[in-house]
Amino acid sequence: MMKKIIFSFLLILFLFKPELYAQIDGEVVKPYKAEFLLQNARVYTITQGVLENTDLLIKDGKITAIGQNLAPQNYTLVDCSGKSVYPGFIDSGTSLGLVEVNSLAETQDYMELGKLTPQMQALSAVNPNAVAIPVTRVSGVTTVLTQPRGGYFPGTASLIQLNGYTPDQMDAGFKAVVMNFPSAAKSGEYDNRSEETIRKEADKKLEEINDIWEKAASYLSIKEKGGQLKYYPEMEQLSRVLAGELPLFVEVNAAKDILAALEWVEEKSLDVVFTGVAEGWKVADKLAESKIPVITGPVLTLPSRASDKYDVSYTNAAVLHKAGVKLALRTQDSENVRNLPFHAGFAAAYGMGVEEALKSITINAAEIFRVDEKLGSLEVGKNATLFIADGDPFEPKTQVSQVFIDGYRIPMTNRHIRLYQEFLDREMKPAN
Amino acid sequence: MQTKILLLGLWMICCSKVVCQAQNASKGDIFIKNAQVLTITNGLLENTDVLVQDGIIRQIGSGLRAPDGIPSIDATGKYLMPGIIDAHSHLALEVINEASSPITAEVKMEDVIDPFDVSIYRALAGGTTISHAMHGSANAIGGQNITLKHRYGTRDPDQLIMKEAPRTIKFALGENPTRVHGRGKNLQPRSRMGVEAVIRNGFEEALQYKKVWDDWNASGNDSKKQQIPPVYSSRLETLVAILEGEIIIHCHSYRADEIYMLIQVCQEYGIDKIVFSHVNEGFKVAPELAKYTMGASVFADWWAYKFEVYYSTAYNAAILTKNGVVTSINSDSDELIRHLYHEAAKTQRYGGLTDDEALALITINPAKQLGIAEQVGSIEVGKQADLVLFDKHPLSIYAIPQMTWVDGVKYFDRENDAADQRLKVDPEETLEPIFLHTEHHNCMRDVDFYFTGFGRNLFGHRH
Repeated sequence: MMKKIIFSFLLILFLFKPELYAQIDGEVVKPYKAEFLLQNARVYTITQGVLENTDLLIKDGKITAIGQNLAPQNYTLVDCSGKSVYPGFIDSGTSLGLVEVNSLAETQDYMELGKLTPQMQALSAVNPNAVAIPVTRVSGVTTVLTQPRGGYFPGTASLIQLNGYTPDQMDAGFKAVVMNFPSAAKSGEYDNRSEETIRKEADKKLEEINDIWEKAASYLSIKEKGGQLKYYPEMEQLSRVLAGELPLFVEVNAAKDILAALEWVEEKSLDVVFTGVAEGWKVADKLAESKIPVITGPVLTLPSRASDKYDVSYTNAAVLHKAGVKLALRTQDSENVRNLPFHAGFAAAYGMGVEEALKSITINAAEIFRVDEKLGSLEVGKNATLFIADGDPFEPKTQVSQVFIDGYRIPMTNRHIRLYQEFLDREMKPAN
Repeated sequence: MQTKILLLGLWMICCSKVVCQAQNASKGDIFIKNAQVLTITNGLLENTDVLVQDGIIRQIGSGLRAPDGIPSIDATGKYLMPGIIDAHSHLALEVINEASSPITAEVKMEDVIDPFDVSIYRALAGGTTISHAMHGSANAIGGQNITLKHRYGTRDPDQLIMKEAPRTIKFALGENPTRVHGRGKNLQPRSRMGVEAVIRNGFEEALQYKKVWDDWNASGNDSKKQQIPPVYSSRLETLVAILEGEIIIHCHSYRADEIYMLIQVCQEYGIDKIVFSHVNEGFKVAPELAKYTMGASVFADWWAYKFEVYYSTAYNAAILTKNGVVTSINSDSDELIRHLYHEAAKTQRYGGLTDDEALALITINPAKQLGIAEQVGSIEVGKQADLVLFDKHPLSIYAIPQMTWVDGVKYFDRENDAADQRLKVDPEETLEPIFLHTEHHNCMRDVDFYFTGFGRNLFGHRH
């Protein structure tokens, strides 16, 4: 009898509360596409202000209408009364999908051997079934740049959306070659090199990079003139950067390295973005002058030097923004990319303001990645990559109730949630 | 040139406001008016005054009047909460691990306190006033920890010690001790079976040791004259003190099976003073933790940094709390310790804890786990005046700590916050090192030298 009651109860839930599908024994929840009408929401468009009591229609993966009192027709209705809709958040620097368990070399696919491996494709190594992906996307982070690391040119980063069964399905349409600018800074307390040695080593590394660069330039000129070229994938990939087909993402953090990098890129006509930029606050005006976009973060990290004011990592983004730098944020995380809204929230609190912080993880990122035609804001014609929350998504207590990626309704579950459901009120407790 | 730099360094030290305050008065007076007081044990008191004299909270109420000469602060609209307590930290320690043996209970962290660590100031700027400075996790039974009060500015390590705090000791289960000793040195423990055996052997040896000494002490003067006294061992003395309930165990642990194993061992030896730390799979044995232990001290959301934390959930703190486990959220990191209020707030996203439940995770609950709940962890008359004032509710992402007091002495004030807070500047250092987003937590610091030629970096992670 009891079982029957529970069953009927679950059945009722099943019929009227699709969010709870995951709680039914044996039920497998998959993302699915339909025509969804989100009704009566507060819509944070990002680019066109905040719209109250507004409906948003999702068809064929796109936002096809935004307005008041849209006709319900045969759409799947999603009541958003009292709730807010935001474009999916974009993390502009992660290794999500490239590593499963951080300490296990067998699961680390973000680093190749050698200093010169620009042709290595992060997208090829993304595991669409990484446990961290559903853990991330239920937070409203729908899109991330996932990137290789190590060496001078560790590989090619890819923008991916966090839904899909193959890397191609996850491909969000942007790639960039990553470069680590050689540092003339003393790295950590165990770096015992003299100031002179450090500078000499950095100079030497930059020379090596310049040699590589010249080689790539020769390769490109031979290619452009239709000359015979041997298979040389490193140069092939770099030549695309030189030809302006692929942007270059330059990781650089110490203030004087940033200045050196500015000088280095100035001589070249490159499509370039600076990443990291931890000490950007020291040279913000120079960065602004250069018009080079910056991806900075993590925000929740220590200041880079013992002498720094305690909050420089929190305020860096605000200082850069106020100087006029175009800015996006990153967590530089793999399993905790879900914390992106909190990094943005800290940046907001420490001087950036909520509106700009929101832009830094939506439209600014989309523009830097040249996908602003389809991502980064809620506008008709853009991809239906968005989420519904019961409040300010930067606030920890806010709950994200539904995520859509490219029009797919994403199951609001993951391993963390399933463990919670199983163990909150465990059976077989110890006897008293 | 060098003299100049040296003089500059000295000048910087003398000018530091923090230093002067701390040396003049290690216990302070302050009158905080009209605050939103998050008492923790008695809910939120709106528009309430708090009077602190000689480092102790003397009065809490509205319309209080402070005696003459006591500095006062108008805290209208601001939130006052107890100083945040971190039950697992390695802040202000020169070394972390004495990894030379699976049991090193004789080692004391109080001998390696570094009062110059600028991380202490940064923790204060995040509202954290007390940290539990722990031995690392290399050994099944590690060294004795020390509870610190963040009286930044003193150059005397002893001034940082919270004298009232009871003794605690570090235990560690799972991957770290088995890797350091089993795989690193071919010594037991190599497996979770071995960890249990090492701990049991230690306890048994301690019981024998105690018996030998009890017999010796009970023997008559004549026999004492004729016999050599038993050998003194500070290691076994410490283990005996654990068995006698004088020392609280804080055990680094992750998996449910190993947690359950140590609960059983402790039951068998009559030990009830045990707190499990990290305890990522604590949620699986929450009813057992509730029944047999002093609780669990967890991360808000760390997982997947090593295999034994792959099956974790960010709902851990919520599950533990709702099962009646005394639960705290710790940092194990010089970075996380700067925003434990934010880490506690995450339990509202992951499991919907109330404000009171979430704030207890970083105040009264860690105080209970460290045995200092009589002195700190809530805003109550008679308790020590470790306080932090926020501009907004501390569980909001937009909250910024404004002032932090330890024993009524203000050690942090955002309004008057000089950039460089170092107490010691190396006059020969011409190039200051830069630290970039590395792992800031370090349970496994100082053990790297045990490992070469493994074909794999065993210490890519640090906790």
